[in-house]
Amino acid sequence: MPSGIKDKVVILGMGCSRFGERWDASPEDLMVEAYGEAMADAGIDPKQLDAAWFSTHMSDVGTGRGGLPLSIALRLPNIGVTRVENFCAGGTEAVRGAVYAVASGACDIALALGVEKLKDTGYGGLPVATVGTLVPQWYPNAVAPANFAQLATAYRRKHRVDADTLKRAIAHVSVKSHANGAKNAKAHLRKPITEEQVLAAPIIAEPLGLFDCCGVSDGAAAAIVTRPDIARALGKRDLVAFKALQLSTSNGWEMHSSQWDGSYFHTTRIAAKRAYEEAGIRAPREQVSMLEVHDCFSVTELVTMEDLYLSPEGGAVKDVMDGVFDADGRIPCQIDGGLKCFGHPVGASGVRMLYEMYLQLQHRAGARQLPDPRIGLTHNLGGQPSQNVASVTIVGGLRA
Amino acid sequence: MLGIVGYGAYIPRLRLSRKAVVQANAWYAPQFAAKAKGTRAFGNWDEDSITMAVAAARDCLGSGADRARVRGLYLASCTVPFVERSNAGIVGEALLLDETIDAVDITGSQRAALSAVTLALAKAQSAGTQFVLAADLRQARAASAQELEFGDGAAALLLGTEGVIAEYLGGATLSVDFVDHFRSSDAEVDYAWEERWVRDEGVGKLMPRAIGAVLADAGIAATAVDHFIFPSTIAKLDAQLAGTCGIRSDAVVDNLQGRIGDTGTAHALLMLAHTLERAKPGQLILVSQFGSGAQALLFRVTGSAPAARPVKGVGAWLERGIEETSYTKFLAFRQQLILERGMRGEQDKKTALSTLYRHRRSILGFVAGRCSITGEVHFPPSRISYTPGAPALDTQEPYPLAERQGTVLSWSAEYLSYYPSPPQYYGQVDFDGGGRVLMEFVDVSKGDIESGTRVEMAFRIKDVDERRGFVRYFWKATPVRAPGAAKE
Repeated sequence: MPSGIKDKVVILGMGCSRFGERWDASPEDLMVEAYGEAMADAGIDPKQLDAAWFSTHMSDVGTGRGGLPLSIALRLPNIGVTRVENFCAGGTEAVRGAVYAVASGACDIALALGVEKLKDTGYGGLPVATVGTLVPQWYPNAVAPANFAQLATAYRRKHRVDADTLKRAIAHVSVKSHANGAKNAKAHLRKPITEEQVLAAPIIAEPLGLFDCCGVSDGAAAAIVTRPDIARALGKRDLVAFKALQLSTSNGWEMHSSQWDGSYFHTTRIAAKRAYEEAGIRAPREQVSMLEVHDCFSVTELVTMEDLYLSPEGGAVKDVMDGVFDADGRIPCQIDGGLKCFGHPVGASGVRMLYEMYLQLQHRAGARQLPDPRIGLTHNLGGQPSQNVASVTIVGGLRA
Repeated sequence: MLGIVGYGAYIPRLRLSRKAVVQANAWYAPQFAAKAKGTRAFGNWDEDSITMAVAAARDCLGSGADRARVRGLYLASCTVPFVERSNAGIVGEALLLDETIDAVDITGSQRAALSAVTLALAKAQSAGTQFVLAADLRQARAASAQELEFGDGAAALLLGTEGVIAEYLGGATLSVDFVDHFRSSDAEVDYAWEERWVRDEGVGKLMPRAIGAVLADAGIAATAVDHFIFPSTIAKLDAQLAGTCGIRSDAVVDNLQGRIGDTGTAHALLMLAHTLERAKPGQLILVSQFGSGAQALLFRVTGSAPAARPVKGVGAWLERGIEETSYTKFLAFRQQLILERGMRGEQDKKTALSTLYRHRRSILGFVAGRCSITGEVHFPPSRISYTPGAPALDTQEPYPLAERQGTVLSWSAEYLSYYPSPPQYYGQVDFDGGGRVLMEFVDVSKGDIESGTRVEMAFRIKDVDERRGFVRYFWKATPVRAPGAAKE
C-alpha cells in the first residue's frame, strides 16, 4: 500500500481571476491575474518556484500547446513547466503534478495554474473539438449536453423516477447554485433564478434546458504548494493540507460492455472510495463539511451526490429537494456558484474548486463564508458519463 | 434452371406531400395544380444511392443468409456518389461480401438495372449466384415536373441456378442513342426533350421492338403475360404500350406513382419485387424499361416463390412511410436550399483514408470483436479486452453487429450542434448477444426513442466532406417498427 499524500503537502497561496466573458482579457492576462494573487498570497519571489504545472484543454482556441505559454506569460525564471491536459479535469491534474513533486522532495515549492480562453471562438457553448482520425468515422458528432443528458434517462429508468420529478430536482440544483453565485464577485453568472425560469427555459438536449447547463467562461486559477515545514518557515499559520488526491480513469468498460447501467459515474465511485481511505474518512455524509463538484450539468451534480456516497443510491432526488446541499444545508455544495455560475474555464476549473475550499477553510470567503468548515472535497470530472476521468481531492486544516 | 433466386427493395421513410410542393410553388408554377396529389418518396439527409442499395440488399438477404454464396455484385444507378471509387465496392464492404468477387458499377441509362440483370444472368450460369442492386436518388430543379414525379428508392435481385423462384425465359435489348434526356458528368439535373416526342417516337417505336422480340424468342403470346412492368412518368403510357404490344390491360403493374414516384434506374426492379410478392406459380412477368434504347426480360414464376420472401418487401416499405409536408426540408436535404448552419457547422470533415482502410471492416461492415474466452463483445475491436480484472490479449474474433437488434439504454436529442435534421438523436445501444455502441438514431419522430426502445441497424452517411467531395458512411440505429404501425 502506498502511504498516500495525506498531510505531506500544504497550500502556500492561491489566486483566481474573475471568471466570465472576459472580452477584455487574453489567456496571458488571465494567467497573470491568477498568478499575481497567488504569489501575493504566498508571499514569495518567483525565484523560489522550483517547477510549474500548466493546465489548458482547448489549446487551439486559447494559448496554444506545451509549457511555453505559461512560462512566457509569467516570465518564469526558466524553471520546468509541464503542460497537462485531461479534459475538464486538467486543473486537478496540474495540482496533482505540483503536489507530487513537492511530496517527493524533488521540489520545495511548485506552481499549478489552469487557464482557459473559450470566448474567442465566435459562438456560445464549448468549442467543437477534434478527436483523432478514427473516432469521427463511427462515433456520433456528440456534444456535452447530450452526453450528460443521458444520465437523466438512465437514472429515471433505474430508480423509477418520473420525468417531472427529476426535472424539478435538477432545477433545484441550478436554483441553489445561482443563489450562491450571486454572492461571488468573481463569478460569471450572478443573477438568482427561480424554479419556474429553469423549467420554462429552452431545451438544449432533452431533458436539459438552458439553466441545466453551466457557464462557458474565460478564467484562470493558480495554486502554490509546498511542504508544511517550509510553509511554517515562511511564517504561515492555519495551514490547509491535502488529505487525499485521487484520480480514476475509465478503461472502456462503461462505454463498451453492457454492464454499466448509465445512471452513475463508475470512476467517481472508485476515486471517492480511494480518497476517503487516503484521508481516513469513514462516514463521508457526517465528516465532509462542504464540497465543490463538477456540476457541468445539473443532473451531473445530482448523481454525483450518490457517487460520492453523500446520498444513498437513489436518494439524491430527496436530498436535493430537502436542501441538504444548499448553502444553509447540512453539506453545502457549490458555495461559490460552481461551474454553473462561477463558470467553467475548462483547464482552470479544478484549481478554482480548490480555491473555494482554501478560502472557506481559512475563513476568507466573505459573504458566503460557512460557519465552521473542517473538511472540504472537490470533485473534478473530465469526459462524459460513459468514459471519463474523475478526480476527488480532500483538503483540511493541518494540526500544528 | 436459371433465374431469380431472391429479391428485396427499399423505399425511404419520408414521403413528400405533392400538395405541399405545388402550393409552395403556386406563385411561380401554377401549371402543376393538377399534380398536387399523393406523395413521393425522398431520402433522408443521410441517404444516397449507396445506402439505399445496401438497405435493399439486406431486405433481400436477411440476417441468416449465407453471403459467401454471392459471387458477383452489380450496382446499377445513375446517381452514384463517386465517379471514381467503386460504389459497388462500398456496398460489398457494408454487406460483408467476399472480397474475391467482382463488384461493378453499371450506369449511364435508366435501363442500367436491366443491363445488369442480363450480365448477371449470363455470369450466373457458370460463376455462381450474382447480386444486382439498383438505386437512384435523382436531383431535379425546384418547381419542375420531375421534382413531383421522381422518387427515391432501391431494389435488389439475386440471380442464380439454385432455388429459382422465377425462371428466366429470355431477354431482348436495343441500344439506341435516343436522347430523351441527358446529364453531363458535372451537371446537377437532367436536360429533357419534349415529352410527346419521347412518347411517340421513342417509347412508342423502340419498346414494342424489344418486347416483341423477347416474346417471339420465348414462343409466348403477348396475351399470356400476367404482369407487365414498364415504369414511366408519362401518365398512362404503360397501358398504351401494353395495348400496342397486345398485352392485356389487366396485366399492367401499378407503377406506384401516387405513393412514391419514379425511382429511376431502380424502378423496374422495384416494381418487379412488388410483383413477386404477390405473383402466383406459373405466372409470366415481363419487365421492361426505356433508356438509351429499350430492354425487356421475361420470367415465369415457379412454385418456390414463398421461400424467398424479402425481410420487409415493397408492401411493408410502402406502409412505413410518413408524410412530410415541409417542402423546405426536402429542398434542404437536396442542397437546393442553403440553410444557415452557424459556426458549429464549419467543422472540417476530412477523412483519413488510411485510417478508414485499416478499420474498414468495423466502419463499413460494422464488425465488432467477440472475446473467445468470455464471449464479451467489443466495438470497435481492440487487442485487449475490457473484462474487469481479466484483460485478455488478442482473444477477439470478428463478430458482425449489423443484422443484430438492440435496446436503447440512454438517449438524448440535442439542438446545440449543427445537424442537417435537428434535433440530433443519439444514445447508447446494447446489442442482443452483447456489445454496446453509442449511436446516432435516424428516421425517428418525437416520442419514438425511450430507454428500452428496440432498434435495428441502418447503413447511412455519417458525414459529408464538402470541401473535398468525400462521403463517410457508418451504421445508425432506427426503431424496430411493427408492420402497419407507421404514423401517417
